[in-house]
Amino acid sequence: MLELQHQLASGLALGGVYAITALALVMIFQATQLLNFAQGEMAMFSTYLAWTFINNGWNYWSAFAATLALSFVGGVLIQRFIVRPFAHAPVLASVIIFIGLSFIFNALAGFLFGYSVQSFDSPFDGPPWFGNKFMSASESGSVLVSLAVLVLVFAFFRYTPLGLAMRAAAQNPTSARLVGVRVGSMLALGWGLAAAIGAVAGMMAAPIVYLDPNMMGGILLYAFAGAVLGGIDNPWGAVLGGFLVGVAENLLGAYVVGEEVKLSVALVVIIAVLVAKPSGLFGRRIVARV
Amino acid sequence: MRALTRVGWFFAILFGLSAPFWLSGYRLYQFSQVLIYAIALLGLNLLTGFNGQISLGHGAFFAIGGYGAAILIVKLGLPYWVAIPAASVVCFIAGFLFGFPALRLGGLYLALATFALAVATPQLLAYKGFDALTGGSQGLQVLKPTAPFGWPLNVDQWTFLICLASTGTLFVLARNLLNGRVGRALIAIRDHPIAAEAMGIDAALYKTICFGISAFYAGVAGGLDAVAVGFVAPESFGLPLSLAFLVGIVVGGLASIGGALFGALFIEFVPNYADQLTVFLGENAKALPGAIYGVLMIVMMAIAPTGVAGLVRSMVRMMRSSGRT
Repeated sequence: MLELQHQLASGLALGGVYAITALALVMIFQATQLLNFAQGEMAMFSTYLAWTFINNGWNYWSAFAATLALSFVGGVLIQRFIVRPFAHAPVLASVIIFIGLSFIFNALAGFLFGYSVQSFDSPFDGPPWFGNKFMSASESGSVLVSLAVLVLVFAFFRYTPLGLAMRAAAQNPTSARLVGVRVGSMLALGWGLAAAIGAVAGMMAAPIVYLDPNMMGGILLYAFAGAVLGGIDNPWGAVLGGFLVGVAENLLGAYVVGEEVKLSVALVVIIAVLVAKPSGLFGRRIVARV
Repeated sequence: MRALTRVGWFFAILFGLSAPFWLSGYRLYQFSQVLIYAIALLGLNLLTGFNGQISLGHGAFFAIGGYGAAILIVKLGLPYWVAIPAASVVCFIAGFLFGFPALRLGGLYLALATFALAVATPQLLAYKGFDALTGGSQGLQVLKPTAPFGWPLNVDQWTFLICLASTGTLFVLARNLLNGRVGRALIAIRDHPIAAEAMGIDAALYKTICFGISAFYAGVAGGLDAVAVGFVAPESFGLPLSLAFLVGIVVGGLASIGGALFGALFIEFVPNYADQLTVFLGENAKALPGAIYGVLMIVMMAIAPTGVAGLVRSMVRMMRSSGRT
């Protein structure tokens, strides 16, 4: 029984990472109907930035803040210079652009920081919190940070004028433009936020999966599975989906399919949901006019 | 234009037929790989370039072809010329079946599902339950083919000729398929699915069969790869392979037949030459192919969405129009 609770706990910790990555994916999808296949590599690169700061003697939280800021700027620049020129390109072109971006970030990380695996300490160490027997401090911390990100993002979109403008730009660009929302800037802002949120995911993942240029490959896939499961146009659904996938992955990996084929859990979830109920658990059904 | 294309193909074929007699063993092996990649790229281009169904997971079908052929050769003792076609037919069926869920997905979601397939493939191949068949994470050793009838050809020469013959046949087949009714139907479905259906094209049937044929091509390539390399192992069929195929068709030219050859040359030789730069750059050379791939994909989409094949085409057109005035 103890073993099961441990699996659940580490599932939740990883699920938090998937949930925030999924949230980043959903933010870009909502605004532009594009799947950012480069999200994982962007997060990985941000994590390397944090690692560099920490290695230069910064304390964890200032490195964390600096990384978020840099990632935000990076996301805005990517939107401005690489994504926007292709705004009206066909789907295939967008997929190719994002795959190209992920190649670039992967190569850049390898070039700048090397390909050897680095350890990345969790900011939360010491004894488990709240006398919790099943979760290490770093796992609790990771879940807590995930939840904090979710609350902040929710509050931003729900209670600030800027958040409202961004939602308007995503939902109805034409009308938003008519009432004076700068849709282009909102999209760039969305990319910046997504990059920053992804950076949090990367920094939470690195203590668990260790830091190397390919660390996000599996995580991105699980995040996609989570986003699809919850509904790719619904942030709450995607977050819940991320947690569900994290727990399911750990439990199935430990008790049913075995550790070696865990990734196929994500494959099965993605295909099954897309075929059976493409809108996911909480997504809106898409009705297209022909 | 026609004439120039013909001249180009003539020299390509001349090069191919003469290569076994003046290229050294390793070079020849590399060019066998080029031909193998060309088949896979043509298959992917049939699906993604001509029919508009995005696959980021063609490495999986390549793997089915490779493993299928290897298992038939090693476990059942079949000769390679039976094993490769048989494995390719299995691939056709697998592709055809995958085509059905693909119908429901479409566009971005298909890209996502095939992306998941590509990432999960190595784990599935290494799955312990199939150890007896697939050799698990160790993979399978396959005997390389030797020339029949006592022909004085070494293994590399013979392998190259097999690849050349397969590539030639499959290219001609693809050309005939695409230049006719079927090709027009596939392109019509890509460009305007509703109009295509209104014209009486059974889009569902064409799309699933196109998926099957595309997987068949990937399967032939995978089977040839297994015997050319003499080895199959799970790790060689992962996401990097699938993405390399995508790079290949983008660089060579989406929806172009000849482009597959350019793309294949590119994905075979870029990593190879980058490796040789390790002497100067040290470990950093490992980053080079990825950087080139990434930058080129974005640049290609921005300035030359039709790839190398399209550039050649427009250059020929420019030369002709300037010659006329």
